[in-house]
Amino acid sequence: MSDIRTETMTVNMGPQHPSTHGVLRLVLELDGEIIQSVIPTIGYLHTGIEKTAEQKKWQQVIPLVERMDYLAAQSNSLAYALSVEKLLWLEMPQRVKDIRVLIAELQRIASHLIWIGTHGLEIGAVSMLFYAVRERELLLNINELIAGFRFFPSYIRIGGLREDLPRGFHAQVQEFLDRFPAKIDEFEGLLTKNDIYQRRTQNVGIITKEHAYAWGLVGPIARAGGSDYDVRKYFPYSGYEGYDFKVPTATEGDVYARYRVRVAEMRESLKIAKQALDRISPTGVFACDDTRVVPPPKDKVYSEMEALIQHFLIYSQGFTVPAGEAYVPVEGPRGEHGCYIVSDGTNRPWRVKMRAPSFMAIQALPTVVRGGLIADVVAVIGSTDVVMGDCDR
Amino acid sequence: MDAQAIIDSLSPLVPGASFEAAPSVDFATVYVPVEHVVSTCQALRDSLHFEVLAEITCADYLPRTPRYEVVYHLLSVSKRLRLRLKVRVTADGTVPTVQGVYPGAGWLEREVWDMFGIVFDGHPDLRRLLMPEDWEGHPQRKDYPVQIQKAAQTYAPLEVSQEQFQANLERDRVKRTH
Repeated sequence: MSDIRTETMTVNMGPQHPSTHGVLRLVLELDGEIIQSVIPTIGYLHTGIEKTAEQKKWQQVIPLVERMDYLAAQSNSLAYALSVEKLLWLEMPQRVKDIRVLIAELQRIASHLIWIGTHGLEIGAVSMLFYAVRERELLLNINELIAGFRFFPSYIRIGGLREDLPRGFHAQVQEFLDRFPAKIDEFEGLLTKNDIYQRRTQNVGIITKEHAYAWGLVGPIARAGGSDYDVRKYFPYSGYEGYDFKVPTATEGDVYARYRVRVAEMRESLKIAKQALDRISPTGVFACDDTRVVPPPKDKVYSEMEALIQHFLIYSQGFTVPAGEAYVPVEGPRGEHGCYIVSDGTNRPWRVKMRAPSFMAIQALPTVVRGGLIADVVAVIGSTDVVMGDCDR
Repeated sequence: MDAQAIIDSLSPLVPGASFEAAPSVDFATVYVPVEHVVSTCQALRDSLHFEVLAEITCADYLPRTPRYEVVYHLLSVSKRLRLRLKVRVTADGTVPTVQGVYPGAGWLEREVWDMFGIVFDGHPDLRRLLMPEDWEGHPQRKDYPVQIQKAAQTYAPLEVSQEQFQANLERDRVKRTH
């Protein structure tokens, strides 16, 4: 038997493959069913957002950065807004911080819902997608209520929020918060003790804490391998230090552990959202009081000359940001979303760079799946929760 | 831990390097001489517990010299610290790769090469990452044209006159003081 000639087989996966979450291309070298090497090719969704941002005024960049990670739009815009506010030395009123926290947590749940749906779908639990998307629809309805836009609300602005919360916001969010815990139990009922799911995911695609750190993976992936690093706890922003929540962790580091961490994260996000909703008054301040950045209220624009000029300047030239640089990370659904901005003191950014967690996850993918089975590649990609818009920007 | 404290603990570990603290609004920022990047990262990871390289990026400060600044964002989970390393790079300068210290630097450096054309010495795989393989030019350089009316010719080289280029560079950039 030993003189049988064997050779490896090269298999192309993607870019149009349903389980690659967009347009990721993998070239796999297989020895039978065992993976010898993987070469990921990215860039199919590169849209030059960072270059475009340099031509826009500061406030106009918000809709652009939201289109990077299209499943966690408001975690991008939060990172961007916070870093510009850092350069402007702006401090937000408590109500704005609480609304931002609430929005960020709802966004995290929405992103995790898409993740749990597609991940389940890819490894055979097809009905998972329908259950998850049904709940996500309610979150998109909340987005529509606050901003009139379901995917990219651009509700978070530099200097606060675009406008005050609409009527009926509290009731609609409360309805979701009351309904959702039972739905998480339902998801867990479908997957957590599911024998097929466990066999597909346990001891597959192990990423230890050290491995994750070496490859720059921080976020749910590292937390499933024993890390407890969460930006919300380590470098609190937007008032997270005032909230009571736990950081779910696991130690196994396999696909199943990442699943458990993310499901537990949804429960913690619910806890934070509940606390935030209780703190937010139905009406109140929705922006800081810095007249450089925030346009004056409409009634003043019609009655005062200075207000009219300020209004005109903000909407025509935009505001200038002091020269300097800032990097502010936020805990996005996929890990550390950071925004590095450089200002040259003008009304347009000199450089905008988003740290993309998906980019790092795809880079590390070959080291995770090497030596495993080809069927596991799909499970591992799904469990790292990559979004190609985030990766390619 | 401010920049000066980090420099004080770094200096004995990296003999011969002259570090320089830079002003910053968020966390410590240190200028590192380009030839000492690798040994600095090594010392930071092994002795000062900066386990994670969060990202590498670059900014083009045309027409200033040296033209580029390559920026490294490091994270110490155990010490709850962040650090920014900056390296000044001339228009035709190169930077040594830090892949030996942080394996995750590979793609980040590839992206910087793709977008800015900065060569990383010793990088084993410096190919296009986000742009197509046969792309000409490095799009995020400040002298790479944007918003100039041209028929879409994805794979044809770009031709831009000096006037177009200059106008593009100064387009709508207003400086005003409050």
